[in-house]
Amino acid sequence: MWLADVFFYLFAVLAVASGAMVIMAKNPVHAVLFLILAFFNAAGLFVLLGAEFLAMLLVIVYVGAVAVLFLFVVMMLDVDFAELRAGFIKNAPLGLLIAGIVLAELIMVLGFRLVKPTTLAKATVPISTVAGIDNTTALGRVIYTQYAYYFEAAGLILFVAMIGAIVLTLRHKEGVRRQSIAAQVARNPKTAMEVVKVPSGGFTVPDKVVDNKPKEKVGA
Amino acid sequence: MLAQAIEIWWTYGWPLALMVAGSLAVLVGLLIIVAFLLLMDRKVWAAVQLRRGPNVVGPFGLLQSFADLLKFVLKEPLIPAGADKAVFLLAPLATAACALAAWAVIPLDQNSWGKWVIADLNIGILYILAISSLGVYGVIMGGWASNSKYSFMGALRSAAQMVSYEVSIGFVIITVLLCVGSLNMTAIVKAQEAGVATWLSRMAGADTGAGQVIAKLSFLNWFWLPLFPMFVVFFISALAETNRPPFDLPEAESELVAGFMVEYSSTPYLLFMLGEYVAIVTMCAMTTILFLGGWQSPVAMAPFTLVPGIFWFIGKITFVFFMFAMVKAMVPRYRYDQLMRLGWKVFLPLSLLMVVVVAGVLQFGNLAP
Repeated sequence: MWLADVFFYLFAVLAVASGAMVIMAKNPVHAVLFLILAFFNAAGLFVLLGAEFLAMLLVIVYVGAVAVLFLFVVMMLDVDFAELRAGFIKNAPLGLLIAGIVLAELIMVLGFRLVKPTTLAKATVPISTVAGIDNTTALGRVIYTQYAYYFEAAGLILFVAMIGAIVLTLRHKEGVRRQSIAAQVARNPKTAMEVVKVPSGGFTVPDKVVDNKPKEKVGA
Repeated sequence: MLAQAIEIWWTYGWPLALMVAGSLAVLVGLLIIVAFLLLMDRKVWAAVQLRRGPNVVGPFGLLQSFADLLKFVLKEPLIPAGADKAVFLLAPLATAACALAAWAVIPLDQNSWGKWVIADLNIGILYILAISSLGVYGVIMGGWASNSKYSFMGALRSAAQMVSYEVSIGFVIITVLLCVGSLNMTAIVKAQEAGVATWLSRMAGADTGAGQVIAKLSFLNWFWLPLFPMFVVFFISALAETNRPPFDLPEAESELVAGFMVEYSSTPYLLFMLGEYVAIVTMCAMTTILFLGGWQSPVAMAPFTLVPGIFWFIGKITFVFFMFAMVKAMVPRYRYDQLMRLGWKVFLPLSLLMVVVVAGVLQFGNLAP
């Protein structure tokens, strides 16, 4: 299986390199594009593990939806690079602290696997080889039978988060004219038109003014 | 040593060579078909407007697309002064590559030679969904890298539109998958071998003359009939997803300039156009596979079943594309807020409801695969 190894190292090297470029790129848009490349290579690694369903979900959810919105936001930001660099020394201790914590966690995870190698073997076995069915079916069985309640709880949490986001951003502006499709469809000649007899030499104002602009003074 | 080399050749080299040959064949065939479909698009549009359309290059203007290709390639590519050069050139490449990559899993036929598909993935439809959701990157990157506010706004509108209609397309695909029970594209076509016509002929009595006649009408078996609302939703969402009229707001040529491709010229522009048309043909192929029975012949009788499946497949794609072209010719352009309303307030609830209804019918009617 040397071919799989070749592809593993290709994806792994690209993932790590693009991950590094995410934090080293000067332009934030380039950073997001490198992040997308990193997601892609992670999806490639999933495929090599035999978890093609997860790989496709990674691409659909992260690359196709999350990163698009991310890119939107970053593109519309007005980033001042000089200001960013000015704060570097000030924020360095905090950044180092977080980096240290993450490093410690990584060492703990890797060390744990070195001490007890059986967990590593367990963690990387694709589901398909266990049950002899393709991993979409296997995942479906596990999620919708064994973990059905947890799965629905996760769904509810996401639902609440979605409603929360909508509530936070929803603004009802006064004075905005909105289109009411039902009202438009329900119009007929009787409600929409008014035939007015205009006396010659004079003018008249319809009783019902269709739009809701304040009526101007007539005459004079 | 020699034995090892031969073994490596048979394990890796030969399948790789087959795959490369297959990919090249599909690619060349697809590009030629796209060239003629583009011409057909213009001809149909012209016919509706009582014009002749392109008729100068070659007989009946048949070579017009190739003349356009040459013209685009030979022009000078212009890159705006403030543009982000790498991203600017990457965007059309991404669009074209993503559009073409989807064809790796589209099954063209299945006969005694085997399955006519480059990669028979067991998650083929998810792969298509993933690849088509990447098409939006070409748009955003192109609009941003041009360093022009017009192309950026065009990109924002286009991207918002594509992201919105992807949601309802996803739900439509889920309803079809519920009826199939597999994510494999070949299995989706196979599942349409039996359906409404089979059921009707059983109702009429399989031995009676009427029952036998109905059983031959295999076009009634396809998913367009039982899932007709979803067929309509999918067709309209496909129009919006590919930025086709009446949803071509980002590049409404009579009102705006070309949206996110304002700054593009020559080959990069050609790649954008190619990506767009290949995406349209992909959507036609998806409609064919999901709802129109893929490569199956519409009537299970002698003259029709003798035609190789790939011709039926191409014929159905052409039929769906003809509908795309007629919509372009006949329907006035939507307003942007109406477009968003249609996507989020009409199609999304409708397709969500249909997922529930279809799942319920399959579960309680004991029809689930």
